[in-house]
Amino acid sequence: MKAYDRSADRRWSWVFLAWLVATVSTLGALFLGEVMGYVPCVLCWYQRIAMFPLVLVLAAGLFPFDPRVVRYALPLAVAGLLLAAFHLALVAGWIPESIRPCQQGVPCSDVQITWFGFVTIPLLSLFAFTIIAGLLLATKLKGEK
Amino acid sequence: MKQQTLFIGSAIALLLVFVAGMFVYSGQKEKEANQLAEANRAALVRMHAPTLGKADAPVVIVEFIDPACETCSAFYPRVKQLMAAHPDKIRIVLRYAPFHNGSDKVVAILEAARKQDKFWPALEALLATQGSWAPHHTPQAALALKHLDGLGLNMEQMAFDVTAPEIEKLIAQDLEDARVLNVTKTPEFFVNGKPLPSFGFEQLTALVEQELAKAAAR
Repeated sequence: MKAYDRSADRRWSWVFLAWLVATVSTLGALFLGEVMGYVPCVLCWYQRIAMFPLVLVLAAGLFPFDPRVVRYALPLAVAGLLLAAFHLALVAGWIPESIRPCQQGVPCSDVQITWFGFVTIPLLSLFAFTIIAGLLLATKLKGEK
Repeated sequence: MKQQTLFIGSAIALLLVFVAGMFVYSGQKEKEANQLAEANRAALVRMHAPTLGKADAPVVIVEFIDPACETCSAFYPRVKQLMAAHPDKIRIVLRYAPFHNGSDKVVAILEAARKQDKFWPALEALLATQGSWAPHHTPQAALALKHLDGLGLNMEQMAFDVTAPEIEKLIAQDLEDARVLNVTKTPEFFVNGKPLPSFGFEQLTALVEQELAKAAAR
């Protein structure tokens, strides 16, 4: 019984960490958009759509702890991860001009912010989604053992 | 219990960081805007800019205006009231920021009316009827002209004057100054060279009153 509890505690911590990453990302996105006034491009919006609900979904799974929250959160995290990867490929120019999904408004291939010479918003997004997906996957695998 | 404390504590900490960041950021922006205006005083007022009020008025409001901008037309009567409330104390200088597509043509109409000494009546007439000549944010100079009928303008002369190359140059200069001063939205106000801390009529009134008090103390 004791051993089970410890495993549950660890899994709770992972989901909690995933929630923390999602919340920091959400607040960061809101800060960039609402406070600093950067206009999000279409792909940024899709990534937001994947990120924002994670804050609520993961929080709901924490109290009381429900490991099945992974089932509902992981698809969002993976979708966000793929979108962020696509976005980065677009910025890097690996994806040809003709299939760019954004024509009007802010072009997604524009780099609005670069910190330390290489950190861009889509990179941060990919980073966050990868951590979240990794933590959720670990939670799932740990539970199956 | 520990888990709940951790969760709630983190949530509150993150929100606090967000709010603190907001204050720090807007404070920094305000400082930067002040410094930018300070460093570019020459860009604020140009000889060619239309102006209203006593030349030696202690308070000078510089307004970057787009005749097709809805907020500009909403602000205009209130700015006039503000000036009327402090007669001879406020001078207004208008700079053009025709950000709407086609707005520059309307500015040309205003400048042509200015040659016939009808700038302010023309501006007022156009701002008051903005909705009918700039439907859905698309200013149409031909429609705008019709709203100047009652002003007794020489329309033939107007048609000639709107094409004057110096109007184009004047607009280019104003747009360049707007760029230098980081004016990206209209209306943008500078009171005695200071930008508004944040946008709003209350903020404008407060800044004007602060400058009036300063002038009275001198």
